[in-house]
Amino acid sequence: MGKRADKLPKPRQPVKREIGLLQNRFIARFPPLFLSMGQNLYNKVFDRHCVGQLPSGQYQLFIGLHLIHEVTSPQAFAMIREQKLSVPFPERTFATVDHIIPTNTEERQRPLADSLAEEMFHHIEKNTGEFGINFFSPEKGEQGVVHVVGPERGLTQPGMTIACGDSHTSTHGAFGTLAFGIGTSQVADVLATQTLAMAKLKVRRINFTGALLPGVYAKDVALAYINRLGVNGGVGYAYEFAGGIIDNMTMEERMTVCNMAIEGGARCGYVNPDQTTFDYLKGRDYCPEGAAWDRAVADWGSLASDVDAAYEDTIEIKGEEIEPFVTWGITPAQSVGVAQALPALDSFEEADQLVVREAYEYMNFEEGQPIVGTPVDVVFIGSCTNGRLSDLREAARFVKGRKVADGVRALAVPGSQEVDRQAIEEGLDQVFNDAGFQWREAGCSMCLAMNPDQLSGNEISASTSNRNFKGRQGSPTGRTLLMSPAMAAVAAVEGRVSDVREHLEN
Amino acid sequence: MAGEIVSTLTGPGIPLRGNDIDTDRIIPARFLKCVTFDGIGEHAFEDDIKGLAQKGETHPFTDERFTQGAILVANKNFGCGSSREHAPQSLKRWGIKAIIAESYSEIFYGNCVSLAMPCFTADHETCVKLQDAIESTPAAELVVSVKEATIQVAGETIALEIQSGAQGQFLDGSWNARAGLLENLEGAREVATKLPYISNYA
Repeated sequence: MGKRADKLPKPRQPVKREIGLLQNRFIARFPPLFLSMGQNLYNKVFDRHCVGQLPSGQYQLFIGLHLIHEVTSPQAFAMIREQKLSVPFPERTFATVDHIIPTNTEERQRPLADSLAEEMFHHIEKNTGEFGINFFSPEKGEQGVVHVVGPERGLTQPGMTIACGDSHTSTHGAFGTLAFGIGTSQVADVLATQTLAMAKLKVRRINFTGALLPGVYAKDVALAYINRLGVNGGVGYAYEFAGGIIDNMTMEERMTVCNMAIEGGARCGYVNPDQTTFDYLKGRDYCPEGAAWDRAVADWGSLASDVDAAYEDTIEIKGEEIEPFVTWGITPAQSVGVAQALPALDSFEEADQLVVREAYEYMNFEEGQPIVGTPVDVVFIGSCTNGRLSDLREAARFVKGRKVADGVRALAVPGSQEVDRQAIEEGLDQVFNDAGFQWREAGCSMCLAMNPDQLSGNEISASTSNRNFKGRQGSPTGRTLLMSPAMAAVAAVEGRVSDVREHLEN
Repeated sequence: MAGEIVSTLTGPGIPLRGNDIDTDRIIPARFLKCVTFDGIGEHAFEDDIKGLAQKGETHPFTDERFTQGAILVANKNFGCGSSREHAPQSLKRWGIKAIIAESYSEIFYGNCVSLAMPCFTADHETCVKLQDAIESTPAAELVVSVKEATIQVAGETIALEIQSGAQGQFLDGSWNARAGLLENLEGAREVATKLPYISNYA
C-alpha cells in the first residue's frame, strides 16, 4: 500500500484544509470508524456530493456529469414531461447516439432505414434541443460510444460523480470518479434534480502486483478479476483497482479494467487519479487551463485514497499469473487462459452447475476440450471496452501484412468519430482494410444487437466487447468469445482462437 | 407526491431456475428499439422461450401452468448485466408483482424499486423449496407481505429478507425516489456551489 502513496503528487496539504469541513460533516455521520484512519477515494467523493440522507436511509447524491444516449433516455424525457418538470442543470448533461446508429457509411444516411432506430435518433435530437442539452451529433463529428466520448473530450474528471443509463458507466472510474450505471427512471431523476438516491457501498481494494507478461493486456486483467471473484462477487461493493500494474497502465488501459467492473457485479470501479490521469486530461476540450488547471490538479490529487485508508477487504492478484483469457460460456466469469482446457462440470459448486451445463450446451463445447483452435466466423474489434485508439493500434500490429482467414467476417470499429480520425491519420484503417477487415464508422456496433451489425445463426464471434450473454450479439443462437484486441486480431488472421504469445515476434 | 402503498402482493407463483439470468435474456436488445415501454411485456424472455421450444421444452413464461404467475422465484444474481429498465418493465407488464431470489444485480434491484415491484431475498434452499412448491401446486395463491417480509405458501409462512430502506419506501408509498429528491432541490444547488469543478476551477 505504501507504494501507491509514493507515486501520488504532493500538493495535498493546502487542499486538505479546504475540504476539512466536508470531512467533519462526514465524520459526524460515521463517528467511530474513520476518526483514526485515512479515507478512500470513494468516501471522499461521496461526501463531497452528499446533499443529505433520505427517509429511506439512502443518500441524495449530486451528480456532476450526466451522460445520455438514445436507448435509455426517451422514456425518461417522457416521465419528466408528464410531471411537467424542468431540467435545472442542462449544462451538466451531454448526449450522444451510439447503440442504434449503423457503422456502415451508406447506412448512416438519414432517415435511417430502420424506422424504429430513426425514431430513437429523432427523439434524442428533439429532447436535447428542447431542454438545452449538448448533443454530440455525427454531423458535428463529435459522436461516439458514450464511454469513449466523455473521457476523450475531457468531460470525465477526477472527483466527479457520473451517471448514465448504461451499465458500462463504470468505465469513467478510471479517472477517479464514482460512475454509476442507472435505469431509465433514475435518468429522469437526474434530469429533474441532478441527484440520485444512492446507498453507501463497501469498498474492496484489488491490488494487481508484479508485472504482466508479454501478450497479456488490460482486457485480460479485467477477465482475470471477474474469473477470480465471480459475476456477483462485487454486489454491494465499489472496486478500487490498485497496485503496480494499474499504476503503470495508460488511461485507456485503466478504462478497460474499470469498464468491466459491472460484469463482476460491482456497482462501480475506480482507479486513484495520478500523474498519468492528469497528463491524459491536460489540454482536452472541457478541462480547465492555466491557473485553474493547477488548482484542479491539486484538488484531484487530494482525492486519491489515503495511504492508511480503510477498506472492507483487500485482494491481491499477481500479474504473472494472468494469462491471455478467453471466455467459453455465457457469463464473463466463464473464462480460461487460452492455453487451458475447458473446466470440468464437477469443478464448480453444485448451485453453479446448472449455468455451466447451460453454457456448454449453448456454446456446443465440452468440458476438457482446449479453447485454442476453436474456429471463429466473426471477429469484432471495438466497443466501450476496447474501441479506443490504443486498442486499434495493438490489434493492427497483429494484422499488418497479413490476411483475414477465409470465411471470417472481421470488423474494426472505432469507438468515436475522433478515434476514427486519429486512426485514419495513422493509417490504421489502411492496415485493417488491406488485411480484409471492414473498417467501420463509430458506434456500439456488434457489442449488442441494436444496429445492423449482428451475428447470424450460431456463428462464433471473437469479440473485444464485454458480454458473452446468450443472444447478446444479435442472433438468439450466436456465440461470443470475449478476448483482448490482440487475441481477436490473431483469431482473425488464423481463423481460430490462437495464443497471441506465439505471435509476438510479428 | 407519494405513490401507492405496496404492502401485500398476492397471486400464483412462477419458478425460474438458474443463476446469472441477465437482462439481455429477460428482454433481448432488439426490443429496446422503442421510445415507450408499451407492449414490452409481450417480449419477456422471448429468445429463451424460442430456444427451449426448439428442443421441445417449455419456458415457465409460456408454460400454461404459470400464465397467471405473479410472484417470480429465481436464484442467484438475477437481473445481472445491462442496466436496461426495459427488463423489470417487461416483467411487470407481463404480470409479475414481486420477485424472490437469492441475490440480484444492484441496478436491476433499484429499477424494480422505482417500479413498485418489491424484490425479496432468501437462501438457496428456500428459493428451491418455493420453486418446488409452485411446481407442485401451480394454481395456489401465494401471499407476500412487505411489512412482515414473509411469503405464505400451502399454509406455511416462510421468512424472507428485504432491504429495510426499500421496505419503508413500499410501505409509505415513497418508492418513487424522484419526489423526495425534488423536495431538496435547493440542497442540491447548494452542494453544487461548493464543488470546484462546477465553475471549472475558476
